[in-house]
Amino acid sequence: MSVWNKQRREEEPFKPLNTPSLRPAPPVPPVETKKETTTLSSMSSMAAGRTEADLLRGGSATIGKAVKIVGQIFSREDLFVDGDVEGTIELIEHKLTIGPNGKVHAGVKAREVVALGAIQGNVEASDRIEIRKDAKLVGDIKTARIVIEDGAYFKGSIDIVKTEPKTAPAPPRHPPVPGSNAAPAPAPAAAPEVKR
Amino acid sequence: MLRERLKSILRGPRSSAAASPPVSGMGQPRFAARSGDKELSRSRLSRGLEQFFGCFAGQTGLTMLDLGGANQQNVNFITSLGHKFYSEDFLRAFEEIFAGDRADQSNPGRIEHFLGQILEYPDETFDGVLAWDVLEYMEPALLTAAVDRLARILKPKGYLLAFFHSDDRVATVPCYIFRIEDIRTLQVCEYAKRAPSQLFNNRRMEKLFQNFESVKFFLTRERLREVIVRK
Repeated sequence: MSVWNKQRREEEPFKPLNTPSLRPAPPVPPVETKKETTTLSSMSSMAAGRTEADLLRGGSATIGKAVKIVGQIFSREDLFVDGDVEGTIELIEHKLTIGPNGKVHAGVKAREVVALGAIQGNVEASDRIEIRKDAKLVGDIKTARIVIEDGAYFKGSIDIVKTEPKTAPAPPRHPPVPGSNAAPAPAPAAAPEVKR
Repeated sequence: MLRERLKSILRGPRSSAAASPPVSGMGQPRFAARSGDKELSRSRLSRGLEQFFGCFAGQTGLTMLDLGGANQQNVNFITSLGHKFYSEDFLRAFEEIFAGDRADQSNPGRIEHFLGQILEYPDETFDGVLAWDVLEYMEPALLTAAVDRLARILKPKGYLLAFFHSDDRVATVPCYIFRIEDIRTLQVCEYAKRAPSQLFNNRRMEKLFQNFESVKFFLTRERLREVIVRK
């Protein structure tokens, strides 16, 4: 090991304890910063066979199954809840996953919600909500799309909120050149024609 | 030989004992079987369903309550019509609360507790209620109280669709999950057999729904009576 390497290690960003790096970090030029993973629980189960919940956990921030939070949660990244939460959860532009051990007694607002555990409270998912087999949801749902697997328990109401399709910004229209007889170009169709 | 073969073809496939679903007792929770792979599903036409949704033709933004528990097809169908979907798993609550105790179904306190769990809605909340076959397994006292509560939470001119077996010679009847394929087709998934609490003939049904304005019956080939009642 050289002095150069020691300096390099000091410059490295903080890494979670569960991903120990034995090799010295290669000299990487300073590039864009990576989004760090906030991990509140040990990820020991990852070492064993990866379950669906593990896959869903992905690179999300995690509230482990031994953790209980009472209060408000605001997140600007995806969140995986496998513990108990009471209060409110807001992830306006992100995905919330309630793990199989998760118990959420809260109002939830997120872009996407995937429930494998239990939710009691109203859920607003601007994009979609999935209620997986063995999940339990008691509350009113407001969403654009919903998936309910057989075996899931749901008690409450479902309000499908139709989101307006995002239209591409219209191309700037040039004013007709005085004196030209050319007809104006037809506007592009809203959706491409599908040939069968 | 040829005649025998022809006979067997005309008779159709025999249901083997292995294929028949198990007879479920009251203690066995319905929801456990519902997600199983042993469901026997088939599609069939339903005049009752067609008439039920025909009553709401051209309307959107109505409130529909499904007492059979939520399933993807019913959610899709009802929300695609522009209605708000409400779900209650009636039989699951029924089994959790009464757990096979028939005598308990006459206890006013228990009845009130059950209705408070499953049908606790303000009066005149729903335009339509899909009760499917869930009313068939309750003892008379509980059934009467449940129908009275349903009448309360239905809006005036609201409709309720319910199914009852009309065969008095059988000890058990199949229990189904009903999935709406389209306005006149149901996918019925048999998941268990269960003893009906009483025989539902025309007279008894008219008495049961006496607080409603009208009662209409459709008899299907499986001796399943489809009933539409209007408040």
